[in-house]
Amino acid sequence: MSDSEFEREPEVFREMHQAALAALADVQPEPGVAKPDPILTASGIRRSFGGLVAVDVDHLEVQRGTITALIGPNGAGKTTLFNLLTGFDRPSSGKWDFDGRSAKRLRSYQVARAGMVRTFQLTKALTRMTVMDNMLIAASAQLGERMWAGLIPGLWKAQEAANRERAMELLERFKLIDKREDYAGELSGGQRKLLEMARALMLEPKMVMLDEPMAGVNPALKQTLLEHIKGLREDGMTVLFVEHDMDMVHEIADWVAVMAAGQLITEGTPDQISSDPRVIDAYLGAHHDAAAH
Amino acid sequence: MDWHFVFSQALTQAIGPTMLIYAIAAIGLNVQFGYTGLLNFGQAAFAAMGAYGLALAVVAFGLPFGWGILIGFGAAIVMALLLGIPTLRLRADYLAIVTIAAAEIVRRLARATVWSEYTGGSDGMRGFSEPFFELSPYNPDANWSVLFVSMDGGRLIVDLGIVDFQYSSRDLWVMTVGWILVAIFLVVVGLLVHSPWGRVLKGIREDEEAVRSLGKNVFAYKMQALVIGGIIGAAAGFIFALSRANVQPDTFSTDFTFYFYVVLILGGAARLFGPVLGAALFWFLFNLLSLTLNQGIRSDLIPREVLAPTQVGPLVFFLMGLGMVLLLIFRPQGILGNRRELMLDVR
Ligand SMILES: Nc1ncnc2c1ncn2[C@@H]1O[C@H](COP(=O)(O)OP(=O)(O)O)[C@@H](O)[C@H]1O
Ligand SMILES: [Mg+2]
Repeated sequence: MSDSEFEREPEVFREMHQAALAALADVQPEPGVAKPDPILTASGIRRSFGGLVAVDVDHLEVQRGTITALIGPNGAGKTTLFNLLTGFDRPSSGKWDFDGRSAKRLRSYQVARAGMVRTFQLTKALTRMTVMDNMLIAASAQLGERMWAGLIPGLWKAQEAANRERAMELLERFKLIDKREDYAGELSGGQRKLLEMARALMLEPKMVMLDEPMAGVNPALKQTLLEHIKGLREDGMTVLFVEHDMDMVHEIADWVAVMAAGQLITEGTPDQISSDPRVIDAYLGAHHDAAAH
Repeated sequence: MDWHFVFSQALTQAIGPTMLIYAIAAIGLNVQFGYTGLLNFGQAAFAAMGAYGLALAVVAFGLPFGWGILIGFGAAIVMALLLGIPTLRLRADYLAIVTIAAAEIVRRLARATVWSEYTGGSDGMRGFSEPFFELSPYNPDANWSVLFVSMDGGRLIVDLGIVDFQYSSRDLWVMTVGWILVAIFLVVVGLLVHSPWGRVLKGIREDEEAVRSLGKNVFAYKMQALVIGGIIGAAAGFIFALSRANVQPDTFSTDFTFYFYVVLILGGAARLFGPVLGAALFWFLFNLLSLTLNQGIRSDLIPREVLAPTQVGPLVFFLMGLGMVLLLIFRPQGILGNRRELMLDVR
């Protein structure tokens, strides 16, 4: 394991995070506002299903090294936006750059290789494989994954051992080490969420996209997951995650983007967002309007 | 009732040429269905590519036998690509539909009258297997005997007392090559499925979207699995054609594919030795039932009013089907399968 991401000092990243926060401090809380150092820049992203426009985002930037929360009521288009950005779905129009490179034409697996790794709202553990195999399959650039090389164990054993060691470290960190020889299908829902996050880290991503990582998880585990998400930032990754619970968002997000009915309606720091009437409108919708009249 | 005959015959068949056809075709299917989850319902057509590729090359085009083998393998690869390119990006059921249709098209093309001067139409072809049997090291006139093993005019007899095995010298040569192929394919597939490459296949079987999200080119892996399984299916077609010294279009029907599935599920899908064990057991039971019923009728133990000799075939198929249903209820993982794995809550 030669990659720098895991070996750099945490202080370095903490400083980087402080710098990112300082940079965001001057950013106006307006939808589509430009950021000083965006890792992701998306423009004019539109996706419709028949007559329904599920996503229609004019402009969105995600600041490098921060945790950005994507919130919005059910059906707002958050998952669809994730699918588009990660190559799991194709937009009707729009373009976006990831880490300085156009990502529009990339297929889902190429997006992952480029360093943007996602998880799913409905956890996708590989159930009839062991926890360890779930981790190992995620390691990138494995020689043994080429068919011809697979035939010659001598070619890939060393790389496999190194990957296994890294998987052990991650499983230790995510408290799944004792489960490593269990089938992933034997894990609880919360453990599967942990596994999915640990597995994503095997790719050494630059940006992690978490779709409702804390949905359906008990409160104790939620706190653990929260700490892990903070840990990603401390390891220098950028995080974009979908969450409903404003308390959770307050606790870890540096920045919040709000979607409603496919559009990005506002952005800002958690404090700015919780006092923004547009957000309350989006969540309470017509009832709120009716009450106001 | 001659139990010695019944068991000797059934056991002879259980490791004989026909069993090898099932075993090899199912090894290919195991790569596709067992490990990767690809629903290939056209494995019979891959076998037909091998059988007809060889027969056409040798008989219709007068090419050397070795070229026939290469053409057979090549035809299977081309078919895998043709079937895979349009379907493997789509949902799993598309491959199932397309392969089942393709297998039927292949069979109908083979029996079409338009080019029957080359293919022999529904009569099929013969006269391509002599170069193969000329390579045989077994002397068809051999006569010797060592302990319980003897050769009687080229016929091998292994007499174990309670049962005996008997094979003609032609069968022996087919079996020698067939078992060598089984060994080679098991080694290759064994190495592959225990490699990181095989791990990706299993991942695809579990959830291909998840595997995509981890940066793997799922389409390429599925294509490789389809091609490898198809090549092995073509080898089964060679053994099929050579053991009978002919090819006939109607033997490559969808039933044939379903027997491969029965063999695979009986032995245990995604188990390396599942196909071999499944084929041996399937073909043993099939022969045991047929022989027992036939013997029972012949020795008047089963009255002819109850079961006529012509009804034995259908009854055997009925009983095999019933056995399959019971297997799926009581041991869905097959003989070598892992129950724990199968009982997992697949969410
Ligand atoms: N594959 C699809 N086909 C049709 N409509 C879809 C599809 N996926 C999502 N939608 C619709 O798009 C809208 C946005 O959905 P989604 O992105 O899942 O919202 P969120 O994740 O914010 O809850 C919803 O109205 C949903 O019904
Ligand atoms: Mg969603």
